[in-house]
Amino acid sequence: MVMVGTIINNIKSLFLKTTNKSTETVKLNTKNDVKKEGDIKLEVKDLNFYYGDFRALKNINLKIPTRKITALIGPSGCGKTTLLRCFNRMHDLYPGSRYEGSIIFYPDGINILAPNIDLLNLRRKVGMVFQRPNPFPKSIFENVAYGLRVNGIRDKKLIQEKVEWALKSAALWDEVKDRLNANAYSLSGGQQQRLCIARAIAIEPDIVLFDEPTSALDPISTAKIEELIITLKEKLTIIIVTHNMQQAARVSDYTGFMYLGELIEFDKTQKIFTVPSQKLTEDYITGRFG
Amino acid sequence: MGRKTISSKPDIIFPIIGFIAFLLVVSFMITLIVDIAIDGYERLIDPSFYTSYPSRFPEKAGILSGWVGTTLVMAGAIFWSLLIGIPAGIYLEEYATKRGIRGKIETIIELNINNLAAVPAIIYGLLALGIFVYRFKLGESILTAGLTLSILMLPVIVVNTREAIRRIPRDIREGAYAVGATKWDTIRDHILPYSLGGILTGLIIAASRAIGETAPLVTIGALTFIAFLPPSPFTSEFPFFSLEKAWDVLMSPFTVLPIQIFNWVSRPQAAFQINAAAAGFVLLVLTVIMNALAYYLRQRVRRKYIW
Repeated sequence: MVMVGTIINNIKSLFLKTTNKSTETVKLNTKNDVKKEGDIKLEVKDLNFYYGDFRALKNINLKIPTRKITALIGPSGCGKTTLLRCFNRMHDLYPGSRYEGSIIFYPDGINILAPNIDLLNLRRKVGMVFQRPNPFPKSIFENVAYGLRVNGIRDKKLIQEKVEWALKSAALWDEVKDRLNANAYSLSGGQQQRLCIARAIAIEPDIVLFDEPTSALDPISTAKIEELIITLKEKLTIIIVTHNMQQAARVSDYTGFMYLGELIEFDKTQKIFTVPSQKLTEDYITGRFG
Repeated sequence: MGRKTISSKPDIIFPIIGFIAFLLVVSFMITLIVDIAIDGYERLIDPSFYTSYPSRFPEKAGILSGWVGTTLVMAGAIFWSLLIGIPAGIYLEEYATKRGIRGKIETIIELNINNLAAVPAIIYGLLALGIFVYRFKLGESILTAGLTLSILMLPVIVVNTREAIRRIPRDIREGAYAVGATKWDTIRDHILPYSLGGILTGLIIAASRAIGETAPLVTIGALTFIAFLPPSPFTSEFPFFSLEKAWDVLMSPFTVLPIQIFNWVSRPQAAFQINAAAAGFVLLVLTVIMNALAYYLRQRVRRKYIW
């Protein structure tokens, strides 16, 4: 009987949690930002992140500029991917993760690390492209349409228009327009990754996070993706994690160098790669370690 | 290639052992099938064997009530076990936590599910007799039989559902969450369809075991001699289907093929042994058909989702 009581209480608490959510959640502004270039999009303040007891990020302070490409570089295990996954709260999927500090989303001025933030709405505003191409085992069309569908768009014509627009923006339309119903797995690795980019931008987010998007691709596909990322910055704020320093130098406007969970240096890419102010940054960039 | 004479020696020993083992398994199987096919041949080729009720006279006795009963009971068992087993598997894999008091309770439940697969079938029969027949007053009916076999099948279905879900790469889930899908969206659109192949595998294993079960059904009061079929739920008037009559079907008494076989085997007359062999062959064929269907469905699903 005690067990039954606990189970009932648990069910109750589950239920209460969800009802609280629906009344108090904070949503980000759904209008696209129309601010001028150079403004701040995300401001990270004293961010600490823990996996259980392990402190993976230490006192990160960082300002991500609007409609620029910001690269995060550093040796393996330095926390760059961990930081990236804070921006769309991907860590929340796994138990044992904990944030301290804040990340302010502009122009709304809302702290996206707040416990009452609407995560679905946040992930709609902050898209993500992963390290390994991860299309769904569905048709090419359905892959791009999926984000639209889960965000409540039912109008078939609108979905078709947006899918076409997204595929064109991802420079994939000409290659797939005759076989939109083919399975996404029939595409090459590079095409799959561009499909994932189309999927991420179809819902018109403000920010897109790229987590080493070319590490599983050949040089030609990599060049195409890099070109694409540069064109996307006209409309989007982009944060890209890479351990390919040439890539950071080629595509990004700003670069942050991370080491052992700390942000060592953050500046204009040109400055980081020519006259870094920190010895550690210089050592890493010149290949003395890493 | 030059070292072949030396290194190929150990390579030959295992294949030989393996081949002998394989021959053993296959010869058991073939002996069984061929033996009952020969024994039951004269009844198997007689169409009236499939359309007659049991009888005192072996040459008139048939398996009509047996195969109809087996089909209806298995349909019920598959329905109930999927209805309960899939959500249970999804819950344990996707929602259950490993933390706190809730986590401890869920760990206990998990351990029990794995143990349940090893519980002897007769125990399930006793459980079903107590719950479905005496407590819920469902009678010695097709409904009770289906529910009983579904309890028997549940553990296997839950375990296989969980394993199928665990095989789905993390990237795919994250891809769905990253475009703003809810947990339920992700389960409905991705987890469930992609794990269907594994779930069907579990269903094949569980149903193949359940179709031959006799003990639990005897316990809940299956008949051994039954000379009528459940009423048909279809009517000649619109809407051609009667819920009331469908309920009557569920509540009818029944027998199943294994019980029929057991009954005939225990008769002294040699002619009934022929009937038993023939019915055994039919049961085998039913199992093969079921397996083939599930195999076909699984291959269709698997071809679509290869990681």
